[in-house]
Amino acid sequence: MGNAIEVDRLRVVRGGRPVLPDLSCAVASGTVTGLLGPSGSGKSTLMRAIVGVQLIVSGTVKVLGHPAGSAGARARVGYVTQAPCVYGDLTVRENLAYFAAIVGAGPDAVRDGVDEVSLGEHGDDRVDRLSGGQRARVSLASALLGRPELLVLDEPTVGLDPVLREELWTLFHSLAEAGTTLLVSSHVMEEANRCERLLLLRDGRLLADATPAALCDQTGTDDLDAAFLRLIRTTAAP
Amino acid sequence: MSPRRTFATARRVLLQLRHDPRTVALMLVVPCVLMTLLRYVYDARPAVFDRIGPMLLALFPFTVMFVITSITMLRERSTGTLERLLASRTAKADILGGYALAFGAATVVQVALATALSLGPLDLHISGNAAVVVLFAVVDALMGMALGLFLSAFATTEFQAVQFLPAFVLPQLLLCGLFVPRDRMATVLHWLSDVFPLSYAVDGVTRAATSSAWTGALSVDLAVVCACVPLALALGAATLRRRTA
Repeated sequence: MGNAIEVDRLRVVRGGRPVLPDLSCAVASGTVTGLLGPSGSGKSTLMRAIVGVQLIVSGTVKVLGHPAGSAGARARVGYVTQAPCVYGDLTVRENLAYFAAIVGAGPDAVRDGVDEVSLGEHGDDRVDRLSGGQRARVSLASALLGRPELLVLDEPTVGLDPVLREELWTLFHSLAEAGTTLLVSSHVMEEANRCERLLLLRDGRLLADATPAALCDQTGTDDLDAAFLRLIRTTAAP
Repeated sequence: MSPRRTFATARRVLLQLRHDPRTVALMLVVPCVLMTLLRYVYDARPAVFDRIGPMLLALFPFTVMFVITSITMLRERSTGTLERLLASRTAKADILGGYALAFGAATVVQVALATALSLGPLDLHISGNAAVVVLFAVVDALMGMALGLFLSAFATTEFQAVQFLPAFVLPQLLLCGLFVPRDRMATVLHWLSDVFPLSYAVDGVTRAATSSAWTGALSVDLAVVCACVPLALALGAATLRRRTA
């Protein structure tokens, strides 16, 4: 089992500010890896670099053995941005049908996709008439179509109630068991507990790359919230 | 580029239009209303209506398509769906090709309605071939669409995109021969009008309306306008960046 993502000495500058000064990290295949960090720590920028839509200054990003953003990588990656990006003026099913055609998913994919994110009764509703949480689920369902080998999900559970969050995390784990690699960003610690591995970012630097248990051991605490705080305080900003 | 993804994109754009009946109505009705207005502005001078009517038959769809496509493309960019498509296996040509097909189809309907109304109830007299006039009007609208897609790359807000109408379309409109024949303009303005694609569109439609003979000049006009469509689409693809800051 190799690495699905390999980031080597990645440097990204946005608006004159080095968002990721010199980042190296890896994500193992078939795992659910959490990407954590305060807002502004570079999580979304790293994810954009992984899916190949971020301008980078130097360094390399490899995705499933292909350079990030190359045709080979793009064909195997599903990406959900932080703000739901689907067509507000189309219905849920029309959105999914379009994205299914893009990835060449089969005829059942749309029906299954709607069910996976529990939007069955809203299939024929226009997306701009749905709630924020429902829109986020349409966005997620579109990324799951065609079962990409790597899913890059930027805060997919924001604004969802605990029951739905639970359902989605169960879905994420069943996808990982089937061999999909998931990189999920979040700033909810309770979700970090559900990841097999955590990458902790702060100011574009990797603070930790460990399992949740190891992180607690390392910091001498028994809860991730405290572990996270302690790590941030002991590694003072440069 | 894949035909499946291109057609899926065209279908999606048309579905979006279908969900927006007001835009469809504006797109189809506005050129008709403008032609009707023009007809009654020149109520006492039908010869003038016969002279400038065909030009405007080409200009109205060109302008409407320019605005609609640049705004639609910008919206795709600002809602993040463009980034999502560019992160997937979609080729840039699939996106632009899909837009071109969808709006091209809309254009045909738009031009057919405006021409039918003008030649029928509004009593526009042309001594040339109506089919060639329609052909020019459709190709002109396609050019408006392609230019709109290309220029939308340079707008970051819808406010800017709307300003492109006075900035890029109105100068072409002033110099295309609608107000003063191009050969009677000052030399510099004549040169300028020679490089504006809209001049060839208006020349072509005028020639088509005044004579049913297919001349070499008509072929040149058609070739220039036709060449502008893929050229603007190619420039649009070149300015569509997969990676952004």
